[in-house]
Amino acid sequence: MKNVRPKADVVIVGLGWCGSLIAEELTRAGLNVVAVERGPWFETATDFPPSIDTDELRWDTRRSMLLPPAVETTTFRNNITQKALPSRDWNLNEMGYNVGGSGTHWAGMAWRFTPFDLQPYTQTVARYGKEQIVKGLILQDWGVTYDELEPFYDRFEKIAGVSGKAGKLNGQVVEDGNPFEGNRSSEYPLPPLEGMRLTDLFRDAAKSLGQHPFMVPAGQASKAYVNPLGVRMGPCTYCGYCLYYGCGNFSKSSPNACVIPALMQRENFTVLTESAVTRINKAEDGKTVTGVTYIDRNGQEWEQPAGIVVLSAFQMQNVRMLLLSKIGKPYDPVSKTGVVGRAYSFQTVSGATLFFEDEYLNQFIGAGALSQQVDDWNGDNFDHTGKGFIGGAGILVVARGARPIGNADALPPNTPRWGKDWKKAYTHAFQNGTFIFGQGTSYSHEDYYLDLDPEYKDSNGNPLLRVTYDYNENDRRSAKFVEDRSVEIGKAMGAKLVLGTNATTTSYSPYSFASDHTIGGAVMGEDPKTSVLNRYQQSWDAHNLFVLGASSFPNNAGYNPTGTIGALSLWTAKAILEQYLKNPGPLVKV
Amino acid sequence: MKRREFLSSIAVLGVSTTIPLAKAQEVKGGQPWEPGKVDTRPLAQPRQGGLQYLTQHEFDTVGAIAERFIPADELSVSGKEAGCATFVDRQLAGDFGKASSTYRLGRFVKGTAEQGPQEAQTPAERYRVGLAALDASTQKQFSKNFAELSGDQQDQVLHAMEAGKFDLGPNVETKVFFELLLQNVREGFLSDPIYGGNKDMASWKMIGFPGARYDFRDLIPKKGQKLNIIPTSLIDNSL
Ligand SMILES: Cc1cc2nc3c(=O)[nH]c(=O)nc-3n(C[C@H](O)[C@H](O)[C@H](O)COP(=O)(O)OP(=O)(O)OC[C@H]3O[C@@H](n4cnc5c(N)ncnc54)[C@H](O)[C@@H]3O)c2cc1C
Ligand code: SF4
Repeated sequence: MKNVRPKADVVIVGLGWCGSLIAEELTRAGLNVVAVERGPWFETATDFPPSIDTDELRWDTRRSMLLPPAVETTTFRNNITQKALPSRDWNLNEMGYNVGGSGTHWAGMAWRFTPFDLQPYTQTVARYGKEQIVKGLILQDWGVTYDELEPFYDRFEKIAGVSGKAGKLNGQVVEDGNPFEGNRSSEYPLPPLEGMRLTDLFRDAAKSLGQHPFMVPAGQASKAYVNPLGVRMGPCTYCGYCLYYGCGNFSKSSPNACVIPALMQRENFTVLTESAVTRINKAEDGKTVTGVTYIDRNGQEWEQPAGIVVLSAFQMQNVRMLLLSKIGKPYDPVSKTGVVGRAYSFQTVSGATLFFEDEYLNQFIGAGALSQQVDDWNGDNFDHTGKGFIGGAGILVVARGARPIGNADALPPNTPRWGKDWKKAYTHAFQNGTFIFGQGTSYSHEDYYLDLDPEYKDSNGNPLLRVTYDYNENDRRSAKFVEDRSVEIGKAMGAKLVLGTNATTTSYSPYSFASDHTIGGAVMGEDPKTSVLNRYQQSWDAHNLFVLGASSFPNNAGYNPTGTIGALSLWTAKAILEQYLKNPGPLVKV
Repeated sequence: MKRREFLSSIAVLGVSTTIPLAKAQEVKGGQPWEPGKVDTRPLAQPRQGGLQYLTQHEFDTVGAIAERFIPADELSVSGKEAGCATFVDRQLAGDFGKASSTYRLGRFVKGTAEQGPQEAQTPAERYRVGLAALDASTQKQFSKNFAELSGDQQDQVLHAMEAGKFDLGPNVETKVFFELLLQNVREGFLSDPIYGGNKDMASWKMIGFPGARYDFRDLIPKKGQKLNIIPTSLIDNSL
């Protein structure tokens, strides 16, 4: 017999950035909200004190905070002719596994996408014509514009305590900011982080090439800060134990530090931890959902009924949950029809590896997002006429802390990997080796998609998500272009050895160096034939189901995704509170 | 693997030291933490002496390998002296050796390089089989176990393994086993001494890594300078 909990106004699946931001808005408006979270409760003071946190083997090498593949992984193949196999060990498709989700261990690069990134189809066709679009590319607008999202980006940055410098404020270009960014209505809540030797070298080199370097907006508090929810953050100490770690100083922007302390004071909020949702329950009429089914830590099955279901379980998991619950038509790569799992994409990464001769880069000092970047070659910031691709990359260096174990192979080519020569080379490279990272745009392609694996199952016996993916022609051309630009900057920085890197010269593998930013699969848009969600991230198929996260992105920008998923979550919260509650039903009519 | 066995391997997760433990199931009305009652979960304390997984002979072989991977020179003590074999022994006895975090349900099918490792054996099992195969092969070629070879001969064998040109028999993929050894020995040399290796923070002193330090604000103005920070660790604070 199934156990049934009392009905809630809203049930939220997954308490990461998306889940906690929307929970904060909805509970503040008085709704009774229950969040169901698969991972355990985490507490800064007990789980990440400096005496626990400063441990590369535990947190970075063994990734002890992340969802173990043993609990759930994905299967993977490069194309539909292959048999997909489970990714058994830690790989790029890493997911959060605690209250706070991936926002607990992320690096904190806290971006906005540009106006172009949200309307890539309209703007590409207007500037270059349809011929610019490589065959098979899925290029579509999001249904929401940058100007509509701007106030929500602004609120996200204030909640998260982002450190940065505006580049375009109320229509004015500001010096030392990013002149290519979308217009901002206010300055970042905190000034940029301090620069390091590495970021100074990059800044000077980029300037000498006529480019426009700036400090990347960072989810590390450059000063003590109190956010609009009344939560205090301490100043970042540049410890470098940031990406893959929690922050023991309450300095890194995270749901744990910035939102959950306020949320937990609300009587109308409950979180059920160590409880994995297995299905979204559909109503008999097929037009709505009634709540979720989950398994608690004792293996007991429960039902949590609710008036509204918010799915915010991370991009991959959102798509999987829709497929498991049979909501929306799955994508068929042969007939190219259906939408769930369609428009899955990743990120096109290329850049350069640098070795200096006689530097003290001291890269152990830093923070997850302590970076200088140029956007001169990102998005549609340069003329693509005749180039045969769209998009580009943000090109950056990052001083994020050193990894003695993780960097042991970061050596000039042909260096022995052990013995006296390795020791000597590593001792030198530890101070002198670094890299330029071109974090690229990606546009989905009709050959690549997500569906359920026919064979492999998770620890609860439910099918794993199957990833069918490889880089497409647009990715390859843009990556090459970005690689060449990165090499130019590396040379201008004065590095003795500059070697281009390019993830797209081989087939994609979840084990190869790239980014963590998987997107799409349950995208928002203007047409139910090519999207799962409308412009408010509301399901076209069940109007009381809202799906939040990077699963909504039809394409990826040359930035990290979280600022945008945060803004979209707040945008959806407002639509629920101001439109949906008064008049439950589809918010967009087709 | 059958579902039952799989569940018991998940149960290993629950009792392990590094994977989050249960705290509260329904959290409501404030954070489930009271000031002054910090229940910091320390790592399992390193046990003095004694082997936890490896046999003495296996331990000696790993030590010999660590000595070749990281020879003593003017930069540091050797990997063996730094405790890399002790590190490997403890890792194999714990979550890593048991493959607690990796996905271990069948079928195990060899796929493309892009699809990554499809290992049916745990790292602990792979060491047991691999080290025995290594001795069997050196016996064939030199009539000695690996640990008894001269340093030059050991280097020769390791180079051949790295290149995938040393036959370790039908049960061991030489190159894959070599990579596991190199990965773990380096981890032992470069990780915090709390795990049994990196004795006296030898590697951190060598590369100039300050270790378990959490506040560098005072050093930020010294850009591009040699800082000579005395490292510190979670266990052996040499200050
Ligand atoms: C190593 C790493 C570094 C990153 N760095 C950056 C960065 O610098 N900048 C940036 O913008 N982005 C970065 N990201 C991405 C960023 O972390 C994510 O975009 C963001 O945290 C996603 O938020 P979310 O709320 O959608 O999902 P998550 O934060 O992943 O939250 C989802 C939650 O749902 C829970 N959950 C999943 N399935 C279930 C289920 N079935 N039942 C119940 N609960 C479930 C999970 O346990 C998790 O807590 C990084 C990601 C990684 C992995
Ligand atoms: S670098 Fe700053 S924000 Fe990151 S963990 Fe250290 S103190 Fe926290």
